[in-house]
Amino acid sequence: MSLDEAKTEFNADGGWTTPDGREIGEVVMEMKNITLKFGGVTAISDISFDIRKGEIRAIIGPNGAGKTSMLNVINGFYHPQEGQIIYRGKARSKMRPYEAASTGISRTFQNVALFAGMSTLDNIMAGRQLKMHKNFFWQMLRFGPAMNEEIENRKFVEEIIDFLEIQAIRKTPVGQLPYGLQKRVELGRALAAEPSLLLLDEPMAGMNSEEKEDMSRFILDVNDQFGTTIALIEHDMGVVMDIADRVVVLDYGKKIADGFPSEVQANQAVIDAYLGVAH
Amino acid sequence: MTDKVAATNGLDTVPKLLARNAAKFGDKPANREKEFGIWQSWTWREVADEVNALALGLLALDLKAGDHVAIIGQNRPALYWSMVAVQSVGAVPVPLYQDAVANEMVYVLDHCEARFAIVEDQEQVDKVLEVQDQLPKLEQIIYLDARGLRKYDHTSMHAYKDIQEEGRAGHERLAPILKDRLAVQDYDTTCVMLYTSGTTGRPKGVVLSNRSIVEASRSSSEFDNLNVGDSVLAYLPMAWVGDFIFSIGQCYWTGFCVACPESADTMQADLHDIGPTYFFAPPRYFEGVLTRIMIRMEDAGKGMNWMFSYFMDHAGKVGSKILDGGSVSLMDRIKYKLGDWLVYGPLKSQMGMSKVRVGYTAGEAIGPEIFAFFRSLGINLKQLYGQTEASVYVTVQPDGEVRADTVGVPAPGVEIKIADSGEVFYRSAGTFVEYYKNPEATASTKDKDGWVATGDAGYFEEGTGHLKIIDRSKDVGKMADGSLFAPKYVENKLKFYPNILESVLFGVNSNKCVAFINIDLGAVGNWAERNNIGYGSYQELAGHPQVLDIIRGHVEEVNASLANDPMLNGCQIHRFLILHKELDPDDGEMTRTRKVRRRIVDEKYADLIGALNDGSTEISTVTEVTYEDGRKGSISATLSIMDAKVYPRRAKAA
Repeated sequence: MSLDEAKTEFNADGGWTTPDGREIGEVVMEMKNITLKFGGVTAISDISFDIRKGEIRAIIGPNGAGKTSMLNVINGFYHPQEGQIIYRGKARSKMRPYEAASTGISRTFQNVALFAGMSTLDNIMAGRQLKMHKNFFWQMLRFGPAMNEEIENRKFVEEIIDFLEIQAIRKTPVGQLPYGLQKRVELGRALAAEPSLLLLDEPMAGMNSEEKEDMSRFILDVNDQFGTTIALIEHDMGVVMDIADRVVVLDYGKKIADGFPSEVQANQAVIDAYLGVAH
Repeated sequence: MTDKVAATNGLDTVPKLLARNAAKFGDKPANREKEFGIWQSWTWREVADEVNALALGLLALDLKAGDHVAIIGQNRPALYWSMVAVQSVGAVPVPLYQDAVANEMVYVLDHCEARFAIVEDQEQVDKVLEVQDQLPKLEQIIYLDARGLRKYDHTSMHAYKDIQEEGRAGHERLAPILKDRLAVQDYDTTCVMLYTSGTTGRPKGVVLSNRSIVEASRSSSEFDNLNVGDSVLAYLPMAWVGDFIFSIGQCYWTGFCVACPESADTMQADLHDIGPTYFFAPPRYFEGVLTRIMIRMEDAGKGMNWMFSYFMDHAGKVGSKILDGGSVSLMDRIKYKLGDWLVYGPLKSQMGMSKVRVGYTAGEAIGPEIFAFFRSLGINLKQLYGQTEASVYVTVQPDGEVRADTVGVPAPGVEIKIADSGEVFYRSAGTFVEYYKNPEATASTKDKDGWVATGDAGYFEEGTGHLKIIDRSKDVGKMADGSLFAPKYVENKLKFYPNILESVLFGVNSNKCVAFINIDLGAVGNWAERNNIGYGSYQELAGHPQVLDIIRGHVEEVNASLANDPMLNGCQIHRFLILHKELDPDDGEMTRTRKVRRRIVDEKYADLIGALNDGSTEISTVTEVTYEDGRKGSISATLSIMDAKVYPRRAKAA
């Protein structure tokens, strides 16, 4: 999937067609000169990059590079002191995560954040929260319009369960599931919100190679089937180079490279950041 | 043969049975499948419509009579319909094992010269595409599930639904052609071709005619009184003859309902949902269920455990007798009824076997304790002995004559003879026509009078007329001192221990028998957990000194029981080792139906066998393994070799 910039023909809006036939479109989110500080510590300093419609955009970097902070800025959990976020052509004001969610951004977490005592089904249903509008009274009675709404949403959730092949654990409390499956349920919950931009924080951390392969397949399928734009943080370079369309590399809060996987791989600054430099 | 056709009222092909069912049982369910968490069902009329549309679509794609069509996937109604649609057009369906890796599929796809392949999903499409360049005859791929396939080159690939649509659209033009194709089919038309997994050499394509399938289905349905109200869960591989007989043969003959599980992992829950009345599973399955129950009982409270063992003891005493209609005192019957409320009923419900009227196990010997356990609960579990070449049925156990150590009496319409060599031969309407493109193998298996060699050694028990199978006749040999060597018999004794999943015995022409053991990760892993023994992998657990001691205990118990067997007391196991990996079909060590391929194990582990025989106490080895996606890797290990106590042989019985 990685390709050379030289061989790619760009459209007027800067988008292109990938070798496997996916259309990468216009810029949906643009980060302009973002700087984020916690007291005296600068987590992110003056970083700019964009995310295009339909692409799988990877953010990589060594530990403490500021990757998760960047994701938290995108979904409105942290507010940068400087810089501007332009989402769908509009500069975004300071907003809360739930407001980000209602604009079509959903995410998963580095350390799984599911409701451990609830079943897989209920966890994913929780992701439909924003799609449920009937009033509390009807929902309490589980009757009339609330019932129809529940059926509608359950249908959608069952499609996700089918998509992620987790039928066998539909009614299992997620706390009892192995880590790899919990990650999959979390992806399911994020998908339940029908996001247009999906943020994945280390979706493959702690997985064995078979689980990683499955997860990569699901990420590619989500992107292909629903046209979802995906931004992900990942440590496994092999995986990133395989599935990402473009990669941005951070180190010590600074951007050190940005481009197609093949370019990033050859970039000396990136190699130094990962392997260390002889002094 | 005209009289035979009359016996089935002219219903001599599967498509004709479908037409009969659509007319006679139009509103009754024919198939069910759980999808999106809800059981969907199709009536016979709907199935006829689905099959018809697909058959027309296949005609539109120019499928010719006599062509072969590969069917690859898990049990799904649409794949069963595909087989019947292919038959309707006059072509031959060839179901393949869906878990086979691409390189294994090549041989079969090439050998049967499949022109079309109807497959389940992207996984199977990828496998076929991977080897497509070696298959010049393969023209079209038809898939059920479109996920992930959107970007694929569709010049010779189609969605199943699209083919049906095309068939429906071209109805006017294509229906007369289909009618002509159906009209020329009869008892001698090939119904299906199934590849035997083959413990030796290449798989062979067993050609089964409509006569074989329809006759076998008719007589077996009558034998067990199967009818339209019955239901089964189809979860065993579609490439296996048993599944074809149950899910197509008997299903279409009697009109009963076949349900397909949501996925392979949900089978247990789906079984519970459906509550089938007719059930089939290999011994391995029943062993697994029993192991799981016992593990869960270990975690249950004291009171529960007391109640469980109290009533299970009672069931052990009278359960089978009640099932066989024997005489049991009123008091015992009342106590059994009480046990049924408190223990047996809930247990059967948990297992999804509350309604099982007829249950079969076959393929391997089943442990007597396991067999007795299920029968004592009131589940009518029986054994049968069969082969692909016989359309399954060679012998079956009639109700009331069920035992763990025999495989029953000749099935209706089957004649059996035992050759001087001890090999079992049979003849019936269900026997195969030939091995496809392999006249030598056909001639060496089936003689001109229709007698088929089973390759198994066995004998009829005096008095009861029940057949007992000893082993594959080519595996039975002599040890250096001339005593009988029957590996399967000993291996089965070992496998009856829940901790032992698989074993392989060596000893032909040698002084001492030695064995490989595979531990059962579920059972041993649970033991380790309860005893606070940490382990990181199968290999680590298999090499744990305490595990080795437990297994040695089992081996010595087997030796003790063998010492009392006048025929087989030479087969006691002197030394053994626990393998560092499970024997696996992906590595070619087993067939897809999980029978050990001795020749391959012999070759692959020659160093380990050498170490067992030369007295060393440890051996380091490197083994090549194949992953599910076909990639290869290797694992290295140092295995301890254990000595086991052997017992003095009892003299040959007077």
